[in-house]
Amino acid sequence: MSGKTVHVEFEGVNKSYDGRKLVVRDLNLRVEEGEFLTLLGPSGSGKTTCLMMLAGFEDPTGGVIRIFGDSVGKVPPRRRNIGMVFQNYALFPHLSVGENLAYPLEVRRIERAGVVERVRRALRLVRLEGFEGRRPGELSGGQQQRVAIARALVFEPRLVLMDEPLGALDRRLREEMQYEIRRIQRTLGVTVVYVTHDQQEAMAMSDRVAVFNRGRIEQVAPPEVLYEEPERGFVATFIGDNNLLFGRVLGVERDICEADTGTDVVKAFLVAPRGVGDRVTLAIRPERVALDPEPGRYSNEFEAQVDDIAFLGDHLRVRLTVCGSTDFVIKIANTVGHGAVLEDDRVRIGFTPLDCRALVPDEEREEG
Amino acid sequence: MPGVIAEAGRSRLSSSFLRSLKAWLLVLPLLAFIGVTFIVPLGSMLTRSVHAPVVADALPETLALLRSWDAAGLPGEAVYAAAAREIRTARETRTLGQVATRINRLKSGLRGVLSRTARQLRSIGPRPGDHEPERAGQPPDDATPWRDTLLGIDDAWGEADTWLAIRRAGERFTARHYLNALDLTQSVDGGVVAQPPELRIYLPLLGRTLLVSLAITVLCLVLGYPVAYLIAQAPPKRANLLLLLVLVPFWTSLLVRTTSWIVLLQSQGVVNDLLVAAGLLGDEDRLAMIYNMTGTMVAMTHVLLPFMVLPLYSVMRTIPPHYMRAATSLGGTFFQAFRRVYWPQTLPGVGAGSLLVFILAIGYYITPALVGGRTGQLISNMIAYHMQQSLNWGLAAALGGLLLVCVVALYLVFDRLVGVDRMRLG
Ligand SMILES: Nc1ncnc2c1ncn2[C@@H]1O[C@H](COP(=O)(O)OP(=O)(O)OP(=O)(O)O)[C@@H](O)[C@H]1O
Ligand SMILES: [Mg+2]
Repeated sequence: MSGKTVHVEFEGVNKSYDGRKLVVRDLNLRVEEGEFLTLLGPSGSGKTTCLMMLAGFEDPTGGVIRIFGDSVGKVPPRRRNIGMVFQNYALFPHLSVGENLAYPLEVRRIERAGVVERVRRALRLVRLEGFEGRRPGELSGGQQQRVAIARALVFEPRLVLMDEPLGALDRRLREEMQYEIRRIQRTLGVTVVYVTHDQQEAMAMSDRVAVFNRGRIEQVAPPEVLYEEPERGFVATFIGDNNLLFGRVLGVERDICEADTGTDVVKAFLVAPRGVGDRVTLAIRPERVALDPEPGRYSNEFEAQVDDIAFLGDHLRVRLTVCGSTDFVIKIANTVGHGAVLEDDRVRIGFTPLDCRALVPDEEREEG
Repeated sequence: MPGVIAEAGRSRLSSSFLRSLKAWLLVLPLLAFIGVTFIVPLGSMLTRSVHAPVVADALPETLALLRSWDAAGLPGEAVYAAAAREIRTARETRTLGQVATRINRLKSGLRGVLSRTARQLRSIGPRPGDHEPERAGQPPDDATPWRDTLLGIDDAWGEADTWLAIRRAGERFTARHYLNALDLTQSVDGGVVAQPPELRIYLPLLGRTLLVSLAITVLCLVLGYPVAYLIAQAPPKRANLLLLLVLVPFWTSLLVRTTSWIVLLQSQGVVNDLLVAAGLLGDEDRLAMIYNMTGTMVAMTHVLLPFMVLPLYSVMRTIPPHYMRAATSLGGTFFQAFRRVYWPQTLPGVGAGSLLVFILAIGYYITPALVGGRTGQLISNMIAYHMQQSLNWGLAAALGGLLLVCVVALYLVFDRLVGVDRMRLG
């Protein structure tokens, strides 16, 4: 995190469209040069709004946005030199692919020969050599997407924004394009701010992910940290599957606390500083829970009631009633075949306190 | 098995037949309405422009005999006899006026000749030997009485041109009206020549109509485009309000609107008063802005503006805002973005609006009639004149036909250039 140039910086940025409701609240975020940062969050959480403020189409209600340290408050969009890929591509339908790509170069008064050469290079980058003459309407969704990316890169901006660029593609194409975008970004070393509400996409592509929720950033971290060490219940459930238990702290011993969920006492790893009597949210990943462990192996062991079993090929999803939750899911690898557990069985489960993270409850943060 | 298949085929056939029957029944009332109020009158009008049965019906026998006349020298006595008889009959059945008018158009002065002849023939009355068909086509016989009688009434009966004119006027189908409408004329011997420049009326008028319509179309585009853009960019509520304002002229009576223009533009009107009061104009040189071409153009532009704004708006509304955003974020100024990205995408609307305004303008009648004065008249005013005052319906129909040809030609050109299927009318 240190030693690199800060490319984009949001400092205390607020945004309200109607003058009352803040859709972006006190946003602080730094993007390093050459970094691939993803804004991830549910629909309506303010991701597009942030991008629009960065591109210059919306003005922040409060706070400052800086690019390479200079505030861009007074800079119009066309002078920001930011490549932008819109969700629905926004390829000009009446112009050919070549003309679409040439447009940003022509308005920069680059001479004809240079334009042709750069257009060709940009198309080669997205592996669409020879498509200059086609109209956007004559391309497949994935090809249009590549053209949109090529157009955002052709004038060699140092910063590229992408707003859910793969939203309209099917899953196979999405995965292929995720890889392509990543490859291109690495090749050129541009800074990318990427928006998606698909957590798998965010995990697969990003150097860091900023998780948005209701106009706020919940956590900014590399994907594996978000997964392994979520700081909030929202992040814990938004990134991958997680089981949440709710309880009160009975006692604390260094990093480990004991929490009372109403029916059981669970030992958990304390992420946030919590004292005795505080309310906590406990998060346990379904795949970190063992079914019928050897007795005494885990310090958290409970009796559970099997409510439902879903067979998913390589693994089973088992829904349990345990520790005051009726929706506790565990994943068991399909190593023994069908019939390892049956519905209405009573089983034992176990997990280590290190895999059970005690977080600050979401609602408490809202009040604060 | 084959029986079953045939059965299924038949029932499929009959169900599709029923469906199309139902569709036809649904549109039948409209079809009937259009047929009665549009196709039939249009057809009869177009027929009228080439069909001229008056003379042929009134002088059948004369014409039949004339057909075998070689046009050298004078026709035979049989022709004179038949003519005398049929002119008398025409006078009795009161068709002589129309007949004389038609013949007179081919050779002026013949109207007087015919009516004088008819009058005098009545005083002579019929004679025995009126019917002598066996003499038809015989060489001229100076001794026969009918010829002398007619020659005695008017010298014109002794001129071959008179008979040529009658023969020509007797043709049932004629291109005469179209020639007339194109400022061409046919001499009695059948040659087509252009009218001398000072007598040309319709072609210059048609030219002026096309030019004025073009000017009005351009004006509407220049005035309507920014308005349509504004409406398309406005949030829905405001857009509806603005659209309402655009449509107000539609809902105001034409007479009220026209009168308002008169109040504004006449020489003692509001605009002139303001200009004089502001000292921009002397009291004696007030501008003539109405009862001339200016008045026609101003009032028509106002009337036709909605026909430009609506198609433009409907096209602009479908252009998502992110195109312009993309164009500016890619580095274009507003003007560059507009020229390269927005304007080309509105072309179907521009085309539709222009075509609509232009076609409406070249056929526009009421506004020029009210505020056009003497110099602000268009071709349709001439059509109205021939319909209502000169009662030359054939010519009116021919002018209308000409206008129709212009519109269709324009449409085809437009189709070639822009493509009608790309056009959006609203
Ligand atoms: N132009 C606008 N005018 C008024 N409100 C807006 C406007 N754009 C967005 N909003 C509101 O701001 C909030 C955030 O919207 P935004 O588009 O930033 O969300 P998002 O995270 O991009 O969601 P999505 O994943 O659905 O694209 C939403 O509640 C939305 O209704
Ligand atoms: Mg969005």
